[in-house]
Amino acid sequence: MRWYFGAVGPRRIIEFLLLTVFAVFFAGPLLNLLVLAFSGQWTYPHLLPDQWSFKWWNFVLRKDDVAHSIGLSFLIATIVTALSIVLCIPAAYAFARLRFPLKRFFLFSFLLTHAFPKMGLYVSIAVLFYQLNLMNTLLGVVLIHMINVLMFMTWIPTAAFRNVHAAQEESARDVGATPFRVFRSITLPMAMPGILVASVFTFLNSLDEAQGTFLVGIPDYKTMPIVMYSIISDFPSSAGAVFSIILTAPTILLLVAAQRLVSADVMASGFQVK
Amino acid sequence: MSAQLAVRNMTKRYKTGEGVAGINLEVAKGELVTLLGPSGCGKTTVLRSIGGFLEPDSGDILIEGRDVTKLPPERRPTSMVFQSYNLWPHMSVYDNLAFGLKIRKMPKAEIREAITAALRLVRLPGAEKKYPSQLSGGQQQRVALARSLLLKPAVLLLDEPFSALDAKLRHEMREELREIQAQTGLTMVFVTHDQEEALSLSDRIVVMNHGHIEQIAAPAEIYDRPESLYVAQFIGKMNFLEGVVEEDRVWVGRLDWPNGKRLSGSVKVAVRPEDVGIKPSSGGGEGLAGTIKQIMVLGHYADVSVDLGEHGVIRTFQPKEAIQALQSGQRVDVSFAHVLVYPAH
Repeated sequence: MRWYFGAVGPRRIIEFLLLTVFAVFFAGPLLNLLVLAFSGQWTYPHLLPDQWSFKWWNFVLRKDDVAHSIGLSFLIATIVTALSIVLCIPAAYAFARLRFPLKRFFLFSFLLTHAFPKMGLYVSIAVLFYQLNLMNTLLGVVLIHMINVLMFMTWIPTAAFRNVHAAQEESARDVGATPFRVFRSITLPMAMPGILVASVFTFLNSLDEAQGTFLVGIPDYKTMPIVMYSIISDFPSSAGAVFSIILTAPTILLLVAAQRLVSADVMASGFQVK
Repeated sequence: MSAQLAVRNMTKRYKTGEGVAGINLEVAKGELVTLLGPSGCGKTTVLRSIGGFLEPDSGDILIEGRDVTKLPPERRPTSMVFQSYNLWPHMSVYDNLAFGLKIRKMPKAEIREAITAALRLVRLPGAEKKYPSQLSGGQQQRVALARSLLLKPAVLLLDEPFSALDAKLRHEMREELREIQAQTGLTMVFVTHDQEEALSLSDRIVVMNHGHIEQIAAPAEIYDRPESLYVAQFIGKMNFLEGVVEEDRVWVGRLDWPNGKRLSGSVKVAVRPEDVGIKPSSGGGEGLAGTIKQIMVLGHYADVSVDLGEHGVIRTFQPKEAIQALQSGQRVDVSFAHVLVYPAH
């Protein structure tokens, strides 16, 4: 044993230890959740459940509002993503290409919604929504969700558009493409990785959003996180574990699908303010 | 015969006050004209105005007799090869080349044929399936050139296309461009700050300075008879000496020349290093007396610098055989075979 550690060197050993701590810190709770979700009975001193079962899966999936809330969450997330693409992509292009007064101020203004305590912001928005009859409506929930993602959806695509050099657009104009054709065939495809990353984040953010939905969407628009709150408070922890796996699954699936695109570069360049 | 490209009295000022003014230029069909000047002299402004990427404040741009001043780039019969970031990285070489042809609704079979031929012309046969990131800088620039050639433009514009390449490759690309021009007979306007490139490539050179044209002439003419002091300083190596006009002749020390330009007062006399003759001092007082400061042998010729005392130090190029009799510190008589005279200011 000792010769082995000697050969590897202290540096590698420290690296290995740090990595292990890191992995336990991140994967540990997830692993615990996974075990908890499939446990029938689990008493204190035992390391693993006394009894494995699908009991809580049955219970959670049988509940009417669960199935409904999953559908609703995905519907809302899709609408939010589509709407914010329509709204933010042209804005991002403008931020990247055009010069206009107070450009930096506008770019920073997207940070404002993240600068205040969320609940305070939502309450004041709720007051406004009451006057506009947006409380307990789908549109109201969608709007609340969009407030959260405006920053991602503008900043990251802005950086992506900025990385498309003017000469690349000009050479397309030069060979005969109209400005619209240039955008469709050159600029948009080249900025697509950034836009996709932002869209994935928007989708996941919307799936996850609970506070604003709770305030604006109750009682008719109960999304997955809202339903989870009530399950966690009303039933044993295993039910909560099952539900959080259901809630986590789309996130993991989407991130795996988009991992080729999600690089630190794309993210980091979104937060450079030039 | 009307010119293939004509720029008439063009002016373009930027907010910073820089820009170009009074640009008049005619380019004949099949001619290669170079815009030459230091960075910031406005040569790129002129080129971009011809390409349609800048709108001139005043003046006209005519291509094949048609006024294109107000047309956007996509509707002009020009094509531009940019300095860098030329290709679209998300498209294969084939798609890069086909993009413009597809817009022109060319049938697919013809596109394929034209691209094969164009890639052969730029010496990259079979590169269709590659992506720009898989090509070297020189190869990318060749593809960009092929893309422009495929469109058969009335005028091909090149904006310092080889300046990002290393010296050896730059030479190769220059020769290839010359060959391509000979084969296709295309009219080209080439922008560069590299005078060697301009001298070796061009049919005519347009020397620009501070937003205006100093001289338009063939390379040999520009070299032998620069019209202004600026061109004389900018093109090639040149010695400058202070001279005066007296009795309608130009004097530098004991040497004198006719005052062809009718100048007066103090003048600048310019002489190319290869036009300077030196011989060991005879003591008889022919030419200007000087002392050899340094001799550098550069292959088939030598760079000899001579201290002329009050007239300063001048550089001369001497044939290899001539310097065998010379050594540094030696007193010599200097004469000038050919001089150019400019007003001092």
